[in-house]
Formats: sequence, structure tokens, C-alpha cells
Amino acid sequence: MKNVNDPKQLLVSAIESGTVIDHIPASTLFKVIKILRLDRIQNQITFGTNLESKTDGKKAIIKIAGKFFEDDDINRIALVAPNAKLNIIRDYKVIEKRVVEVPDTINAIAKCMNPKCITNFEKVTTRFRVVSKKPVALKCLYCEKITDQERLEII
Amino acid sequence: MKPRSLVSIDDLTTGEITKILSLAAEFEENPVQDILRGKVVATLFFEPSTRTRLSFESAVNKLGGKVIGFTDSASSSVTKGETLNDTIRTVNNYVDLIVMRHPIEGSARYASEISTVPVINAGDGANQHPTQTLLDLYSILKTQGTLDNLNICLVGDLKYGRTVHSLLMAMSRWKTSFNFVAPEELMMPDEYKLYLRNLGLDYYETPDLNEVINMADIIYMTRVQRERFSDPMEYEKVKNAYVLHDHMLSDTKPGMKILHPLPRVNEISTDVDANAKAYYFEQALNGVYTRQAIICTLLGLK
Repeated sequence: MKNVNDPKQLLVSAIESGTVIDHIPASTLFKVIKILRLDRIQNQITFGTNLESKTDGKKAIIKIAGKFFEDDDINRIALVAPNAKLNIIRDYKVIEKRVVEVPDTINAIAKCMNPKCITNFEKVTTRFRVVSKKPVALKCLYCEKITDQERLEII
Repeated sequence: MKPRSLVSIDDLTTGEITKILSLAAEFEENPVQDILRGKVVATLFFEPSTRTRLSFESAVNKLGGKVIGFTDSASSSVTKGETLNDTIRTVNNYVDLIVMRHPIEGSARYASEISTVPVINAGDGANQHPTQTLLDLYSILKTQGTLDNLNICLVGDLKYGRTVHSLLMAMSRWKTSFNFVAPEELMMPDEYKLYLRNLGLDYYETPDLNEVINMADIIYMTRVQRERFSDPMEYEKVKNAYVLHDHMLSDTKPGMKILHPLPRVNEISTDVDANAKAYYFEQALNGVYTRQAIICTLLGLK
């Protein structure tokens, strides 16, 4: 069987079936892991980081065996990995490629940059409306202040 | 079903605003009624605001309701470390409606999500104070007979002033032209100017009140506070430029009215008080009628 992945990706072993998330900036790999809660699932996961990329500088890649994401879930990583590409693998073949898109609302993953916001005082799940996708700007549903890309922190 | 709360002026459609204002006019005609008999309203003031609290309590009392609550967090269980979540979950068992003032931004939205009874935001930090905005709109409507095609002159601290930002956003629903009068350091933030431009509404900025005062239908005064200036010298230079005196009013429009959210310090000279154009104390009275209208609307009693 011929593998469709390029040889560089094989630095991280191929999976039989599951999801490959490619073109993650190396600097945000661990944020992506956190957002997707990959630290809490039992699936086999391999990842590589600081890989050379022609287009992105240092990139990272994650391969999750036996896991397929809903759009709503995977789009959450667009905040930190806007150029991420998904390869859906079945039987060692890429059966589908997907890009991520910043969703219209962001819940529970970003921190409001306003130190006087209630979400920074009590256990409130943060909720934002996305007012701009590129660059990302989030409007807090509580204090109504804008958190921009520069000040974006993942909880 | 979630009860209807009032957290931000944007929660209301223009139709709902108009309805509340005409209800306020009904209460002005007939302010003492028995509509709230048997109802209990909580005034939870996590920071003191005597004027706002008394206005709400007067509104409830005139309608036959009872008020319970506290006037600052020192006299509440907050000092024992209780969370806002727990306070709201407890208090909403005792009352039919909660009026809340809190120094933390977004606290009112959060409370409205938790509470089983309607919550009225009476100010959440620098964020929103929608009942002030509605009473300002009522005062403008009552004195001008319309909200359309008015010239509104906003004066003073336009950078940090929550009241002027909310009023601007609310008045932008009608065809309003704005004059912004402020010192360089306290000019209207760009986001609001951009908002008006996108709506095709006119505005003009100047540091000189005399330049635009005679065009105004409404002059909305706010206080220029010393602590807002990074350079105290700048404050000393401008502090007297944003004080309204009676002699400045001689050529203003006959129907023009001066509004101020109060408390006033020195930004309106006391010699203005006797002028028929001074309206800030009546504005405070309008607050009672407007709050009666808001409370009854949220409780579904009118």
C-alpha cells in the first residue's frame, strides 16, 4: 500500500485510521493539545514538533488514532492554529482534507483580557462573540470588552 | 423559562424602548398605584450609589411594593467571602426582582444567568447602566417631544464616561447629530466614532464648548476628573474650560435643556440652576417614573 503522506511527515509514524492535524505552529502545539483535551483521552496519540516546514517555519503535527472530530470541536483550534489542516485517515489513506475556520462563538477556551471582568473573579465559563476572524477579535458576553489576537490567552 | 432581565441597553429593541418610555409617561401622570402590592424587590448594592438606590426604592414604594437589600458590600455576606453566585441563588428565593449594582464588569449578565427572577443592572463597573440611559432618553423625549433629528452636545469626559457611551449608542437608533466637546486627552474613543460613521450619522469634535453650544437641543454635561489625566498640568489647563455658566446660555436655542447624570461637582455653575434650561433635577425625578416602567415591564405587570 502506498502512503500518501510526504516522507517528512513519516518522522511521526503513520496511523491506520484517525485524524492528522498538520501545519500547527510549533509554538502553539501544547495549546492545541489543551483545547482538544487530548491530554484526557485514551486514544494513541503521536506528535512531532519543531519540524521544518517550507511555508510555516517551525511546525508541529499531531496524529490521533481512532479519533474523528466534529467541525465545532476542531474549529476551536483556529484561535491558535489558523492554518491547521486536517487529514482524515482510513485504512492508511487520506479520505478527506479539511481546513479550520474560526467559529462565530468561542466558549470556555479563551480568557477575557479585562482584569475587571467577572470571568476573572468567579468560576464563570467564558463566552465570546467573534467580532473579527482575521485577526481574531473576541467580544466578551459578560463585560462586553474586546480581547484581540495579541492579548488572547487560552485557559 | 428564563425571566426577562435588563442588563444592557442593547438587550432592548427600539420598539421595546419606545414602549418603556410611553409607560414612564403613564407613571408620571399617575405615579402612585398599587401594582406591586405583595411584591418584594431586592436592592443589592455591592458598592454604594445612594442616588440610584433611592430612585429605585422610591419607584417600588410608590407602586406599593416592599424593598429589602443592602447598601454596600461591607454590610453583606461578601465580606465573609460569599461568591456572587451564592448570593444571587439565595436572594432570588426571597424576592420577585433583583436590582443590582456591582463594581465588577459583567457581574450583572452573570447574575441574570443564574437568577430565577428578573435582574436589573444598576451599574456593573465601567460597563453598563441601562436604567440611566432610559431615563436620559425619557428626559430628551419629554423636553423635545421627539427623539428624531436632534442635536446632542456631549461635554466633558467622553473617553471614560459610561453614561455618554450608552447614550450615544441608544440615540444612534434615531437620526441624531452629535457634537463632542472634550479636552484632547478625554476625546470620544474611535470605536464610537466609527460606529456613527457606519450608520451615516454626523458628529463634530471640538475642545471649545462655545463653538457648538448654540446648535444644541440637549447639552449633556459630565465631570472632568483630575485622576483621569496622566499629566496634572494638563488638568489645570483645561479644568475651567468645561464648566457651564449662565452667561453662556443667552444665545442657545429656546427649547434647549441641560442634562447631567449627577452628582454634579463644579462643572455646572450654580447660577445655571435658576435658568429654565437647567433640567438635571427634573431628570432625576424622571428616573423614578422610568424605573417604575422598567420594573413593571420586566415583571409583566403592564
